[in-house]
Formats: sequence, C-alpha cells, structure tokens
Amino acid sequence: MLRFRSDCLILAVVLLSGATACGSDDSSTTVPLISDAGRMAEEPAIVVSPLGPVTLITHDSFLVSEGTLASFTAQTGIEVIHQTGGDTGQLVSSAILTAGNPLGDVMFGVDNTFLQRSLDAGLFESYKSPALSGVPSELQLDPEYRVTPIDFGDVCVNYWIDRFGDDLVAPSSLDDLIDPAYADLMVVQNPETSSPGLAFLLATIHEYGDLWEDYWGALRNNGVLVTAGWEDAYYGEFVAGGGDRSIVVSYASSPPAEVIYADPPVDTPPTGVVTGTCFRQIEFAGILAGTKHRAAAELLIDFLLTPTFQEDIPLNMFVFPALAAAELPQIFEDFVELAEDPHLLNPAEIEAHRNDWTERWTEIVLR
Amino acid sequence: MRRIGATVAVAFPAAFLGVFFLYPIGAILFRGLGAEGLTRLIELLKKPSFWDVAWFTLWQAAASTVLTLAVALPGAHLLARRQFRGRSLLRAAATVPFVLPTVAVGGAFLALFERLGLADGPLHLTRTAGAVLIAHVFFNVAVVLRTVGSFWEGLDPRASEQARVLGASPVQAFRWVTWPQLWPAVAAASSIVFLFCFTSFGVVLILGGPTRATLETEVWRHAVFRGDLASATALAMVQLAAVVAIVMVTNRLQYRRAVVQQPVRRIAPPRASLRLLAANLGLLATVLGLPIVVLVERSLTRGRSGGGWGDWTFDHYGALASRSVLLPASALRALGNSLLFALVATGLAVLVGGLASLVVVHGRRALGRAFDLGLMLPLGASAVTLGFGMLIALDEPPVDFRSSKWLVPVAHALIGVPFVMRTVVPTLRSIDVQLREAAATLGATSVRTRREIDLPIAARALAVGAGFSFAVSLGEFGATSFLPRHPDQLTAPLALFRLLAQPGDALRGQAMALAVLLMLLTAASVLAIEGWGRRGAVRGDL
Repeated sequence: MLRFRSDCLILAVVLLSGATACGSDDSSTTVPLISDAGRMAEEPAIVVSPLGPVTLITHDSFLVSEGTLASFTAQTGIEVIHQTGGDTGQLVSSAILTAGNPLGDVMFGVDNTFLQRSLDAGLFESYKSPALSGVPSELQLDPEYRVTPIDFGDVCVNYWIDRFGDDLVAPSSLDDLIDPAYADLMVVQNPETSSPGLAFLLATIHEYGDLWEDYWGALRNNGVLVTAGWEDAYYGEFVAGGGDRSIVVSYASSPPAEVIYADPPVDTPPTGVVTGTCFRQIEFAGILAGTKHRAAAELLIDFLLTPTFQEDIPLNMFVFPALAAAELPQIFEDFVELAEDPHLLNPAEIEAHRNDWTERWTEIVLR
Repeated sequence: MRRIGATVAVAFPAAFLGVFFLYPIGAILFRGLGAEGLTRLIELLKKPSFWDVAWFTLWQAAASTVLTLAVALPGAHLLARRQFRGRSLLRAAATVPFVLPTVAVGGAFLALFERLGLADGPLHLTRTAGAVLIAHVFFNVAVVLRTVGSFWEGLDPRASEQARVLGASPVQAFRWVTWPQLWPAVAAASSIVFLFCFTSFGVVLILGGPTRATLETEVWRHAVFRGDLASATALAMVQLAAVVAIVMVTNRLQYRRAVVQQPVRRIAPPRASLRLLAANLGLLATVLGLPIVVLVERSLTRGRSGGGWGDWTFDHYGALASRSVLLPASALRALGNSLLFALVATGLAVLVGGLASLVVVHGRRALGRAFDLGLMLPLGASAVTLGFGMLIALDEPPVDFRSSKWLVPVAHALIGVPFVMRTVVPTLRSIDVQLREAAATLGATSVRTRREIDLPIAARALAVGAGFSFAVSLGEFGATSFLPRHPDQLTAPLALFRLLAQPGDALRGQAMALAVLLMLLTAASVLAIEGWGRRGAVRGDL
C-alpha cells in the first residue's frame, strides 16, 4: 500500500491534466501545405475537392520550392499532406511494416536498389500515368506500372581537380583506380551501411561481372579507404572536408552543389566526375495499396511528372528530372556531365544478390 | 484520497510504459519472430561473427563506463565539495556534449585527431576502438558529473571531516566514509552510461571504422538496409535480454544501501584550491573542450575546404534564419520545434519519472522493482526497434497515433524518464529519516513534513533529471528519424543532418553554426531548469 498524501495527489493531477491536454491535441498533425494565409488570399478561388486530401509520404531528402505543391492544390482542389519518414531504407522498411494500413496514399523515394523489395511486398497499386509518354523508356523499370519514375541521379567517382595535373592526370575509368599511381587516394563508403556505397559496388559488378571480387581485391591492395557513410567520406576524408583523399564516391550533381553552396563564391567547381564510373539511381513514386484516395493519388502522380514539378527537382534534390522535356537549370547545364551509358542493374537481380554481394565485399575488403 | 493518489501514481507510469514502449516493442518482436525470427536467433547464436559483435558491444560499453567515471568523479567532487566562481556555469556547460549530434561530433573528433597528429602513425586513433571510447567519455561525462555531483552535495560532509580529525588520510576518508555513501549514485549514473554506450550507434559507425559494429548498428543494418526483419528481431532480442540483465544487476547494486541526505548544506564548503581547480578543469577542458572548440571554429570560418585555416565570418549564423534551400523550414524554426518538443518531453518525463520514483521508494516492493526495471529499458532498447514498433502498434482506430507530431516528444520522454528516476530515487530513498523524525517531534504533521522536507530535496534531484530529459530531447536523432512527420516539424538534429548531406562549404558552416546554437540553447535551458530546482531546495531549508 502506498503511503500517499493529498499534496502529492494534487501535484500529480495538475501535471497529469497538463500532459493529457498536450497529448490529445492531434489537430496540428494534418497541416495543409497551403496554410500560408498570404497565398490563400492570392488564390481565393480554390474549391476543395471531395477526392482529397492526399497524403504524400517521402524520404527526408524530398524537397520542393514553396508553392510547388500548392499549385497542385490550386489546380485540383486536393490538399496535399506531406509527411517524411527517414532515409530511403527507413521509408521502404516502414512501408513494408505498415502494408495494408499505409501511412499515406502516395509514396515517393523508392529507388532501383530497393525497388524489387517493395514490389515483392506488394506495396503499390498499378497506375499507368498518361504523363509517362514523356519519360524515356529506360527509366521505366516496372512493366506493370506499379511505380512511376520521377527522377534519376548518378553515383559517380568524384575527384578534387587541384590535386591532379601534368604529373598525375585525373582518373578516367574504374580500371585507373587500381593503378598504383592512384594508390592511397580513394575513399569509398561501406555498401552494407551506405546507399552510394552500394551503388558504387553495383557499378563495379556491372562492369566486371564475375571478376568484381578481383577488382575489389586490387582496390584494397591499392589502399582504398572505407567509411560508414557519405558524410564521413566526403567531409571527413576527402579534400573538401580538409582530409587527404582526393578521390571519393559521391554524385554526378556534387560539382554544381560545390558551386551553389561555395563559401566564398567560386566560378567553377573544385571537383570533377569520372563519368565511366557512374551507377544510375532512379527514384519512383507509387500509389500505396490500401489507399482510400485512389483518384486523388492518381492526379498527384500525374502532377509529379508535370514540368512545374519536374523543373523544380534539380536545385532542391540535386537529381535530374525523369521528364525528357524538362529544362535543367543553367548551373546544371554548365557543370554536370551525365554519363551516356551509365551502369545499371536489373532490380530483381539486385534484390536477389545484394546480401551475398555485400557479404562477399565485406570479406574481401574489410577482413 | 490516499488510494486514488496511489492508484494514479501506479497507473499513469504503467500506462505510459505499456502503451508507448512495451506494446510497440512487443508488437515488432512478435512480428519478427513470426517471420522465422526464432530460427534466425538459433542460427545467429552459432555464428562467430555474432559473438564478435556481442563481445565488442559489451567490452566497449564497460570500458567507456570506467573511463567516464575516471574522468568525471574528480569533477563531481569539485562541484559538490568546493566553491569557486562559475560553478553552475561548469555544471551547465558539461551537459552540452550530451545533445550534440554524433555526425557533427564525429567530424570534430576526426579533425582533432588530424590536427594533433593522431590520424595515422603508431599512436593513431582514427578508426580505432580508442576513438569510440574517447567519444563515449565526451558524451557521457555530464551524466556522472551531474547525477553524482548533485547527490554528493547532499551528503553530510561532517562524517568524512570527523574521520580526517581522527587521523584518516583524505584517501582513507574517501574510501571508508564517502565512497560507501556515494555508491548508490555512482551505480545509478554508471548504469545509464553503460546503457548509452551499449546501444551506441553513430559514434561506432563514424569513429570506429567499417569493421566495428555493436548490436545496435547490426539491428539497424539488418532491418533498414538488408530488409531482414527476422535477423534484426533476433539481434534486438539478444540486445534487450542483455539490457534487462544489466539493469537488474545495477538495480540490485543500488538497493544495497540507503544514505542520509540533507536538504541543502548548512556549512559553506571550502573554496577550491587553485591546484585542484586547475587539474580538474584542465582534464575536462581537454576531453570536453577541444572537440567543441573545433565545432565553434568551423562555425565561424569559411574557405577551409582544400586545407588551410580560412577567414573568420558570422555569415553561417545569419544564414540559419532564412529557409535554406536544403531544408523544408529554416534552421531557426527547427530549433524552435526542438525546444517545444523538449518542453513537452520533459514535462512528461518528470511526471512519469516522478510518480514512478514515489512508487519505487514508497510503494510495494515488487511493484517498485518492476517500475525500476521497466522504465529503465527504453534507454537500452534500439531506436530502430522502438521506431518500427510504434509504426505497427499505434495504428489502431480510434486514433492513428503514428503520424501525430506528439509521438516525437513521447519517444523522447521514454528516454528522459530513466534520468529522472536515476536522480530522484537515490535521493528520495536517502532522505534523512532522523530529519523527518525530528520534524515530527517538533509537532509538524506528516503532510507538512513531506512538503517541507521531502519535496524540496526531491526538487533538487528532479531538476537535475529534468535538465537531462530536456537535453536528451534536444539532441535525440535515432528514434525521431523513424517517426513520420510533417516536414515543417523538423528538429534541429534532423536539420543538421540534412545540411551535412550535400557538398558545399556554406552548408557545412551552417550545420556547425546550428550545432553551436544547439549547445548554447542546452546550456541556457539546463541553467534555467536547475536554477528553478535550487530555489525550491533553498525554500525548503529548515
């Protein structure tokens, strides 16, 4: 039996009521994207559609300019509730765990390395958007249209331009990287813990086939350094963060980012891309099975392929629009060199072998 | 009345733990076990690589705890037994490392090793277990410094002074008089530090190098990267079983003794000698100060990329006010969100932890022990397990709580409650019985006794625990990242992580500036919370 006194009780009750008051306030979780009073005033004619609202769930890297999603609402009357849920791996795992009672109606952000896993789990409902006609067929990986390609980006070997010159020219191929001339210069990410790390491993598997293990043995002998994630490779070991390594696995869009976020400003990027090393990552959106807003979800998928949304992608997410007709920002035109024939593997093959591949990789490179 | 009070004190923490921890964890483990988790568990136990991971997890946590105690106990003595200028500032400043996101601190340590010539060579620290231990000391010194320090302050110094008068050396007096009294608080602090290091994630990945893994990083790798829920569940079960065993052992150690505590010291402690002060502050400045200096320096310079020192600038701070291209809300707004979440989380943690502490100390023994064990577990459960567990468990009608923004502070409060309990329970347990009897003899009613003696003393401990919950919430990354949220509800650690996800010096400068603001916010909040706790204590002085 507890020996309690009334003042403790009063204290408890006061605190308790305060806490429940906070706990039960659920209203602010469904903030519409156009909560901005100013914008509402500019476009007073929005008629709320009975189809919505539609919930868009994305990874944390999803970003659009202010007003982009609002223009969808202005056109359709459907409110978009945007929710983010971790990185791509977290997003896909969460979606699989909540399959049948999904966290949203449309999911954006599954890429070709995770695609098969999400298809196997039956996450998506088929929908063939009419806008797909403007998307190159090599980006359309699912013949059943359960997912729609929205953007793509390349994971490529980057190098610090100043560190190369007449004495040692910058590497130009995967083969170069095992040349002793480039010994101890490269840093890569662990494919067991990093998505660019996995993409680079897949690039080497695509290039060398069954001989990929020998290639990595040679890379190891050439002093390749491994970090857990992109941040510690790029900012910890690469020259950009004050480190010693002048070759790093990063993105095709890293050079323009180095210009846009330079401090102090620069005219040209300090880094270059080895285009022969690029692995193509394609990001998809799909309608989550179990949605109660199927019609609105279809309209949202269509919207993601409009020029309005597509041309907003590069400077927000640093990837490239899937829509062939979408115009790239000038800085991408200037400083991005896209691989003409990037490395790409079939999603089913990736899913079937990735755990074996990464385990073998660990034995070859880390043990 | 008494019965109702008692029922609330038991029911509220029990419901909180049940709904937000046991049920989600149970649901995810059940799901994982259904998917061949049991077979995987048996396979797992046969693998030598699993035992390597388990062994590393265990020994690094034990070594980190011992090292943290070694660095922090002299400082705790200084804070408890000596007077010097800037005492409360030091207490607050020591909490700062606690909230720093590992991705920022990891980078600072790597830069520091580089600068001190420890990046390579025979004494290199980069990508070693040593680097992991040093970083764990950095993050956890505050736990020992403050929980032990605050308890030590409440001990009557006269006992050890009498021993000195009777001819004991300072070491003897400490060994035979102070240490036995201090032990419950040391055990409590150690158990927290141990659990934190046992479930270490970012530090191990960034500083330990690619070959080192803890059970926590393995759970994450299997669940998120490999999509292998069965193996992740098997690993999570091993981790949880180990945590239960650890908490049961450390709890037993704390039950051994109840120690006399006074409301506030009546004799002003001596001033710290210059030598003592210099030795202590020197040690703390090295361990805590250097990485922070690197962060501050980075937040104030530009043009460092490609080597060199760069120029001084305040621009990174200015940039935080506007909506950065990479963030859905401005970094300042993210700080505001963090502050709001921390307030709610701390309120919840103080309420749940405070009530549970009363049950532990005054309630039925079995019930108390169950609370003491159960409410400690969230500290040792993996963020992945909890995050995914909440997603699959809290989706039932009438309320789909999964997407509520209040789930974030609830998750934070789960981690804050152990701090409240670990500071309040030893204090409540040791409140001087004599003091209370004396009060009764002098005619005070029992209600008055409790209000005027127990509450003020408990308030001091409660404030320390609240300060920690606040700091935990401000810095939490793992569980938060698993919970779905509206992009505007970005927290500061998540914003910092986003800023570091693209190349560009400006972004990195902003990330460092955000880390510095987060530190300042923490120090200021802890100062304020403890100031409140101390005023409470003084008011209650008899």
